Amino acid sequence: MTMLAARNLSVRLAGAKILDTVDFVAAAGEVTAIIGPNGSGKTTLLRALSGELPVAGDVALNGSDIRNLKPWQAAALRAVLPQATVLAFPFTVREVVRLGLAAGGAGVPSAMLERLPEVALERVDLAGFAGRMYQDLSGGEQQRVQLARVLCQVWTPVLDGVPCWLLLDEPVSSLDIRHQLLVMNIARDFADAGGGVVAVLHDLNLASLFADRVVVMDRGKVAANGTAAAVLVDDVLARVFGCDLRVGMLPAPGIPFVLPHAALSQNPIGRS
Amino acid sequence: MATNWPTSDAVTSLAQSLAVGSSTGDRSAAGRLGLVVIVLLLVAAAGISVTTGASDASFGHVVASWLGHANAADASLTRDRIIIMDIRLPRMVLGALVGAALAVSGAILQGLFRNPLADPGLVGVSSGAGLGAVLVIVLGSALLGPLFAVAGLYALPFAAFLGGLASTFLLYGIATRRGQTAIATMLLAGIALGALAAALTGLLVYRANDTQLRDITFWSLGSLAGSDWTKVLAAGPFMALALAATPFLANGLNAMSLGEASAYHLGVPVQRLKAIAIFAVAGATGAAVAVSGGIGFVGIVVPHLLRLTIGPDHRLLLPGSALLGASFLLVADAISRSIAAPAELPIGIVTAMVGGPFFLWLLLRRRGLLGT
Repeated sequence: MTMLAARNLSVRLAGAKILDTVDFVAAAGEVTAIIGPNGSGKTTLLRALSGELPVAGDVALNGSDIRNLKPWQAAALRAVLPQATVLAFPFTVREVVRLGLAAGGAGVPSAMLERLPEVALERVDLAGFAGRMYQDLSGGEQQRVQLARVLCQVWTPVLDGVPCWLLLDEPVSSLDIRHQLLVMNIARDFADAGGGVVAVLHDLNLASLFADRVVVMDRGKVAANGTAAAVLVDDVLARVFGCDLRVGMLPAPGIPFVLPHAALSQNPIGRS
Repeated sequence: MATNWPTSDAVTSLAQSLAVGSSTGDRSAAGRLGLVVIVLLLVAAAGISVTTGASDASFGHVVASWLGHANAADASLTRDRIIIMDIRLPRMVLGALVGAALAVSGAILQGLFRNPLADPGLVGVSSGAGLGAVLVIVLGSALLGPLFAVAGLYALPFAAFLGGLASTFLLYGIATRRGQTAIATMLLAGIALGALAAALTGLLVYRANDTQLRDITFWSLGSLAGSDWTKVLAAGPFMALALAATPFLANGLNAMSLGEASAYHLGVPVQRLKAIAIFAVAGATGAAVAVSGGIGFVGIVVPHLLRLTIGPDHRLLLPGSALLGASFLLVADAISRSIAAPAELPIGIVTAMVGGPFFLWLLLRRRGLLGT
């Protein structure tokens, strides 16, 4: 079983029903994006999939009920990137990244384990940051340090035929465009190498560009589910997000097209 | 399938090509060196402790007698032997144990609450332990009857342990919601719990007879005076158990500094970790309070100094806190014995004179954070 699946999943937090009988399947080798408006239950779904929340219904990680996995067994199979992480104490970047290594790092040659934090930092474009204090970094840099930590935990996408999982909660929320693409490419590569990726995304274009499968959440339920082309359509988005959205398509190759946006914003026509 | 994920060969070559030294940001070597320095410090503090006191008893004199270099019939030797072996040595051992227990309790509480301001004295754990101890002094013989004579030795530290346990659980339940601890709530709840325990202790004092009153007064002073081997035997096991638990807490507390959810994601059995931490704190603080009363600020000064020097990694911080806490209390005790000799200043005054300003300095540094 190479899937991360939830069946009939319901979650109550502080009395409110946040998830209502959700069915969800993510396959290893794919990037699955969870999209939806604020408060629709995206993060809660991700937290439930991680095994962190008490839930009604079933969550199965690679075929095993997540409740039957010891925390350290689950940690060897999946790593979770939270939206933002505030550290209680003054750790260096290397010490933070190494926490991921302490929890996992399976399949990495032991000679390489010591160097893996640096390799992971290089991968998230933070080469040379190992000696910096985590607290002194910008929000976007901190987010990438956490990604490096998460990557160290499940560095090997497939271990002895068993896929590992990256659960990413808004992994690009505080990143510039270059690093948004960098992080999404890491997710893409991890999936292409056989691992599974589930990412909560707000950017519908990134979801469209990188996700094999898109799950649309709305008020605690799954509103739509399928390939980006099938799900990202005008009526679904308008209904779920409550605003008039139009999905555009690139024209067929070889046909030039012109976007008027630049003219509108740079030097408005008709205004002096 | 073609993939961009780096193979282990690629990782190897990438790691080798990275010009950065592999130890940047790695403070474990410096930390281990720091531990060695602290061990030397503890040896020095122990030396000061055995050689300082109201009498002029000479440790060298006693050592010389062991080596056969002294006249065994010398009357002053017998006196020195009693002072060193039955007064100063147990006091040194107890002081070191109490200092280690309080400092480690502080470090564990801070890791558990993810907050460098937690301290067993500040957040009411010590008051809860004190209440337990006073309860046994006043009501022990009535409740336990003839058993008291047998259980008496351990009843005191055990009751203090239960009192500390109850207040730690209460505090955690009040101050922590969904793995996040509100700083203000924690400190205020600690004050409230401490006041409540103190009030109940006060009520008990009314029921106490003269002998019991004298025992109770002992707590308000906070002192190592009256240390003997019996107290070492009574409280030692509780503190030793708590200290022995720290290696099992270190990795979990490191992960906890990312938050409870992330600690779970990193494979830490969070509920079990919290339970062990709370029991360890209650055992260490309870036993320390049972034999030495309310000595404050050790748990906040020592771990903080260590974080500034060897970093916050609990694998080094916890043993470091034990060693430095022991040294800190031995030196404070030596000061309390010599500053007004032959009278003795309660050691709690000395630690508060150091710890109070230190705590204020911490608060001022964090002022921006405290309001939130």
